[in-house]
Amino acid sequence: MANKVYPDATSALDGLLNDNMILMSGGFGLCGIPEALIEAVAHSGVKGLTVVSNNAGVDGIGLGVMLETRQIAKMVSSYVGENKLFAKQFLDGDLTVEFNPQGTLAERIRAGGAGIPAFFTKTGVGTLVAEGKEVREFDGEPYVLERGIVADLAIVHAWKGDTEGNLIYRKTARNFNPMMATAGKATVAEVEHLVEPGELEPDQIMTPGIYVDRIIHHPAPSKHIEQRTTRPRA
Amino acid sequence: MAWTRDQMAARAAQELRDGFYVNLGIGIPTLVSNHIPPGMTVQLQSENGMLGMGPFPYEGEEDADLINAGKQTVTELPTTSFFSSAESFAMIRGGHIDLSILGAMQVAENGDLANWMIPGKMVKGMGGAMDLVAGVPRVVVVMEHTAKGKPKLLKECTLPLTGTHVVDLLITDLGVFEIDKKGGGGVTLVELGEGATLEQIAESTEASYSVAAGL
Repeated sequence: MANKVYPDATSALDGLLNDNMILMSGGFGLCGIPEALIEAVAHSGVKGLTVVSNNAGVDGIGLGVMLETRQIAKMVSSYVGENKLFAKQFLDGDLTVEFNPQGTLAERIRAGGAGIPAFFTKTGVGTLVAEGKEVREFDGEPYVLERGIVADLAIVHAWKGDTEGNLIYRKTARNFNPMMATAGKATVAEVEHLVEPGELEPDQIMTPGIYVDRIIHHPAPSKHIEQRTTRPRA
Repeated sequence: MAWTRDQMAARAAQELRDGFYVNLGIGIPTLVSNHIPPGMTVQLQSENGMLGMGPFPYEGEEDADLINAGKQTVTELPTTSFFSSAESFAMIRGGHIDLSILGAMQVAENGDLANWMIPGKMVKGMGGAMDLVAGVPRVVVVMEHTAKGKPKLLKECTLPLTGTHVVDLLITDLGVFEIDKKGGGGVTLVELGEGATLEQIAESTEASYSVAAGL
C-alpha cells in the first residue's frame, strides 16, 4: 500500500534534492513557512538553488538559513526587504533576484500547477517587469505575457493533514502554500496535526491529497512573529 | 503650515463609501482605518489572504498565523474570510476591490506612479503594488508633497514605474489633486491642506496643474 507518511523532514526529502534545482517554498514572511523542510534542505548541502518564494526569510530564520549556507543562487520573489544577509549577497553579486509582482507570482505558480504555460495580465505593463515580454491588446487594453512556473520540488506547510495528503491551512498561514502544492513535480508537506483518513471533513479540505507526494508531522513549529503589534486593553 | 500625517489619512478616509472593499498600503494609508466614519461599513483587504481585517490584538492574544500584508499581527472580525494568495490577487486583478490607497515616491501629471525602486539602492521589491494599481478601479495616493525639498508631483516620473496612468487622486500635506488618468485632462488642485497656500504649492510642484474655481 502506498505510504506518503515519512518519519522526519530529512527522510521525506531523500532522493528529491539536486544541485541547481528549482525549489518552491510556501509562506508569506515567516507566516506559514515549512520550517522543518527548509532546515532539512539546508542541512542536505544541496546548492545552486533557484528558490521561488514570496519572501526570503529573515536573518537566521526560514530561508535565511539557506542564505547563511550560500545554497541559493537565485530568488524569484515579490519582496525581500527583511534580511541583511540577503542584501549583502545581492550587492556582492553572489545572488540574483527576479522580482515578480506578488499577484503575478501567485498566478504563475497557480498556472504552472494547472498545466497553463502562460497567461496575459495588466499588472506590470509599461514597467521594468514587462521588458522583453510580449505585450498584446485585448479589448483596447495592453496586457503582458507571463509564464507559468513548475518547480522540481515544492515544500509547503499546513495546519492539518491526513495520511492521504489532504491539507487544511489556518488563517493567513495559507498564502502561497495551496498553489505551490500543485506546482511541484514533487510536493512535500509538513503539518502541525497529522490525522487518519476520515478525520478531516471533506468539505473543508483545501488541498486534495493528489498534489501531495510525501507528508511529515511537525507538531510544534516555532512560528516567529515579524511585527508584533498590539492595542491597549480598554 | 500643512496637514499632518494623521490629517492626510483623515482626508483620504473621505474617499471611503459605505460597503466598499478597500486595500490600504503601508505607512500613512494604514492610518486611514482610524478614520472610518461611524456607521459606515468598510471591509479591509490584506493581500496576503484576508478580507475583513480587524484591529491589532490585545497584548498576549497575538497569533503568528494571523498577520496583515505588513507582517503585523491583526485580528478577525465576524465578516472575515481567509484565502490563498492566488485568490487574493484574483480579487485585486479582477477589479473586485473598490479602492486602493497607497504611498508613493513620485506621481506624474498623467497618473504614472513610482513607489518601489531607487536605482543604485538595495531594491526590496514591489510586493503587491503593481497588481493593486493595475487592477483596482480607483487608486488614491497619499504622500508628502516633497522629499528633501524636491518635488514629487512631476511632469514625468524619473524613478522606475509601478504603473502607468493609474492614479486618480493625490493627497499630500499641501493639498488634494484630481488626476484625469485616462482622459489626458491633467491635474487639478481641488483642495488646500490646512494653512497651505497656492504659492507654496506652486513653488514645490514640477507638474503642470490647474486650480479649481474657488481656491
